[in-house]
Amino acid sequence: MRRSRCYLGAVALLLALAAVLTGRGRLAAAAHIERQLPEQRRLVAALQLTDLALWSEARYTRHPAMTDLFSPFQDHPGAMEHFPAGALFAPRWHTPETAIGIRRRDAEAR
Amino acid sequence: MHRVKILEYALAALLRRPGKSAAILTAYTLLVTVLCSVLLLTHALKTEAEQLLAEGPELVVQQTLAGRHDLIPERTAATIAAIPGVASVTPRIWGYYYDSLTKANYTLLAADPAASPLELVAGRLPENEGECAVGMGVAAARRIGVNDDLILIDAANVGTIFTVTGVFKAESRLFTEDLVVVPGEALRRFFAIPAGMATDLAVRVHNPGEIETIAAKVKRQLPATRPITRNDLLRTYRAVFDWRGGMMLALFASALLAFCILAWDKATGLNAGERREIGILKAVGWDTGDVLMLKFWEGLALSLLAFLLGYTLAFAMVFHWGVPVLGDVLRGWSVIFPDLHPVPHVDLYQMATLAFLTIVPFVASTVIPAWRAATSDPDEVMRQ
Repeated sequence: MRRSRCYLGAVALLLALAAVLTGRGRLAAAAHIERQLPEQRRLVAALQLTDLALWSEARYTRHPAMTDLFSPFQDHPGAMEHFPAGALFAPRWHTPETAIGIRRRDAEAR
Repeated sequence: MHRVKILEYALAALLRRPGKSAAILTAYTLLVTVLCSVLLLTHALKTEAEQLLAEGPELVVQQTLAGRHDLIPERTAATIAAIPGVASVTPRIWGYYYDSLTKANYTLLAADPAASPLELVAGRLPENEGECAVGMGVAAARRIGVNDDLILIDAANVGTIFTVTGVFKAESRLFTEDLVVVPGEALRRFFAIPAGMATDLAVRVHNPGEIETIAAKVKRQLPATRPITRNDLLRTYRAVFDWRGGMMLALFASALLAFCILAWDKATGLNAGERREIGILKAVGWDTGDVLMLKFWEGLALSLLAFLLGYTLAFAMVFHWGVPVLGDVLRGWSVIFPDLHPVPHVDLYQMATLAFLTIVPFVASTVIPAWRAATSDPDEVMRQ
């Protein structure tokens, strides 16, 4: 019976872990709705935002709902990008190693 | 007790083939992890988008020219405001700016300074010419903060200096990451937008039940416009983040295909050793029901463990470890992309469906071939 006890113990442990994670997640989501969401919504209303700032790579991804009707993703919901480039080229990230700081002369006075 | 003994035997049978069992458990766990993380992430982002954008404008009216988005005359606002049920019409000025220094795209947006103070802005929104507020992504890309200068090149190819008066806080990153908020007239001059024109019109409607009717009236009275309702916005996000959406589909399809191959491989039959084992069990007195129960527990033991491990891993990856791997897939070509820390909105029904769709086919693919062998004559099975 040793193996079955170990197995059932492991399953019970994982089940408890999954339940705790899910329960804590739901509590966190409820706390977010109560505390942070109202202020986030106030900002969305004040700036009249229409989209999430997730993808800034192209206008049809930055504002999926606002873009021209013939853009990719707008032909029909969930449409894939037309262009093979999207599948062939790996994304590249430009993170400059150096930066040039430019200040106005009166900046120090401020 | 009888079932526990069969489970004990099933576990012993799995441990007699440790390599095969470990390989199946690993592949199965990885599959569940990928599927679960895709579903958890897309559901969390979809829920967050729906909750946030519920406060966006009820209706956005765009001008179209030759099938493309064009600037809209501000006088159109009066025509729309005259439609019964419309509360207010506000011209919006916004646009995109490619920053060659950081090779990133920013969204420049005019804001009403009357909206200040906002808790989610460290500092304040711009009130005067030459001021701006920026998202955390822009601040990080340009390495600037409050009271620093942001220099952007305007439509006349002249550098324009904006003093940063505010940086949007981390809690708003999901919708302000690439924003540069500038006073209206300053932005009009920056983009050289002619006086009396706007990018689009934001329409507030008294009764949400009338939005579709007002959109239809706008389209009828101003045929060259495209009214976009808040429902359209929400529907777009539902579609983008849906199971069938974009890259997620590719991940989901490949993972599902791999699982189908695994299940099909198991379902096509037992190997000679497994057949002989079933024959011996039947010869020593096990009946068909016991053999099927044994195979059922073998399948369930593996798939239950794999599902629980996969779900726990996926949950930790999406909600605690900042979405590794999947976040990069989601990021695509975006230079400015918010750190993903989605609010853990979990759809238990979705998870139950996934458990059903992964556990049941695997258990069935273990039991069905065993059933074929278990109903045959033990002598015949052992001789094969």
